[in-house]
Amino acid sequence: MGILRRNLTAYGFLCAALFCFTVFAWYPMVREFVLSFQKTDLINPPTWVGLDNFKAAVADPAFGEAWLNTVEFTLLALLCGYAVPFVVALVLNELRHARAYLRFVVYLPVMLPPIVAVLLFRWFYDPGPGLFNQVLDFFHLPPLAWLDSSSTALISLVLVSTWMNMGSATLIYLAALQNIPPELYEAAELDGAGILKRIRHVTIPQTRLILLLMLMLQIVATMQVFIEPYMLTGGGPENATVSVAYLMYQFAFSQMNYGQAGALGMMLMFALLLFAAFQLRTTREDRA
Amino acid sequence: MISVGARAATGRRRQRRRSPKPIQVQFRTIVSPHQLNSRWGRRIYWLVLVAVIVLFTLAFVFPLYWMITGAMKTPEEIAQMPPTLTPEAPSLDAFFEAWDLFDIGTLLANTAYYALGAWLFSMAVDVTAAYALSKLRPMFGNVVLGAMLATLMIPPMVILIPLYVTIVDLGLLNNPWGLWFPAAANGFNIFLLKRFFDSIPRELIEAAQIDGAGPLRVLWSVVLPVSRPILGVVSIFTIVTAFKDFVLPLLVMTDSEKMTVSVGLSQTAGAVTQNQVMGGLFIASIPMIIVFFIFQRHIMAGLTAGSIKG
Repeated sequence: MGILRRNLTAYGFLCAALFCFTVFAWYPMVREFVLSFQKTDLINPPTWVGLDNFKAAVADPAFGEAWLNTVEFTLLALLCGYAVPFVVALVLNELRHARAYLRFVVYLPVMLPPIVAVLLFRWFYDPGPGLFNQVLDFFHLPPLAWLDSSSTALISLVLVSTWMNMGSATLIYLAALQNIPPELYEAAELDGAGILKRIRHVTIPQTRLILLLMLMLQIVATMQVFIEPYMLTGGGPENATVSVAYLMYQFAFSQMNYGQAGALGMMLMFALLLFAAFQLRTTREDRA
Repeated sequence: MISVGARAATGRRRQRRRSPKPIQVQFRTIVSPHQLNSRWGRRIYWLVLVAVIVLFTLAFVFPLYWMITGAMKTPEEIAQMPPTLTPEAPSLDAFFEAWDLFDIGTLLANTAYYALGAWLFSMAVDVTAAYALSKLRPMFGNVVLGAMLATLMIPPMVILIPLYVTIVDLGLLNNPWGLWFPAAANGFNIFLLKRFFDSIPRELIEAAQIDGAGPLRVLWSVVLPVSRPILGVVSIFTIVTAFKDFVLPLLVMTDSEKMTVSVGLSQTAGAVTQNQVMGGLFIASIPMIIVFFIFQRHIMAGLTAGSIKG
């Protein structure tokens, strides 16, 4: 088969994918860049406005809060969504019974559509007959306002998010733990390492790559938190749960200001890329 | 002598009572088998096991129990304080009411249609692309692959607005293709498929070529049959993702006749009673729970397929 013919067939096979990627993945990235310098409502022809969109986005009263909330949400979600699954996986890996049941159960919420988890927890958080306050009441503890108070709203969102997402992280860690060669533990034990030392000197170094990868994936995933504030709080109370992604949605679909949403999207993309670059560098230094 | 005999007897009894039925150790983990089967090791093990089972059941099964029994309560009972642990007069009415009020039949049919379409279309697109990149190796193939993988670095939320604008420009609002095209532009699927195709021995393909098979025939009769495991994993994840997707269908499928089940529930949940909401949520969860029961093994294998060695 000639080179030309081979290339023609290959690109023939590729053309559908190239079309999908070009129009629905690559072009939107360029479009976002263009959009952020335009004023458009999708009905009238767009006009160029320079940096106005960026200025307007920064000047929005919720802008600072949205970033703070997103960072806070990410940090809290890391604490719950990153550390907890690892500890859970460590414990599960030690157990010799009911393994299939426990794995099934922890992954069950991941299979549910997010809307189910979110609406279910909205009911649990109900300050009156909601499950959580009733449980607190049962133990004679004072009720909490959950989603209605700016001090507990964000952590309530993190709780839902952790509940519905931690299954996949747990199972990925569990698989990584099972790949650790048993000889390493035996050697560590012969050297007199206790359980904590074995975790520190065998388990964590052996799973470091996957831990770093999951850290990056989790941060990128939590930075785009949307459905939780959208369904549970609408960004309130007092902007306590506005995330950057939610603010972007509001710019676009409440204020019909797609350019301003694009500008905010550019900032989020830039923040994530910066983070990814930083992460890549530390990983590489780690390996060297 | 008596005392000695007595001591021996109690010793034997103690031995019998703690007849060491060792905990099975198929694989070595942090805790050594020796430690695990020591007296305290075993006590702690059983304590932790029971605690974990109870905790997991409370955390992950009890909310679902509360959802189902909530749907079986009357609106008065569900708002009662303190709540009843089991419904006083279990009734299935709320499920039927939810079915009618949310129009769940239509919503589920829509969602299934979008999910199956997304699956068929992205399999066709991604398999042919991965095959071309892996086996036909065109010029600039690596550049194309790199550009496709680069999209994985850009989180979907970030390009949501321009993607929506593009879909509006193309007139694909309320058109399933508005969901299917973006679903096919999936760099992760292409990565998984290409990596599997790379591992297919060249001899297998050359043998088919000597027999006169063209590229399409090779793909259909050689590559696809040996790639069943990865095709299964990619299929399940594409379907589950399409079923769970919320934001894009929220923006693209805005007609109430064309909504997905997630979006439909989110729009109507404020207008019905709490037990009807729970009934609706339960019905909406059934398809994915069934999928999970059937394909549990594939899903759990697939979770680690991409991440461990990738």
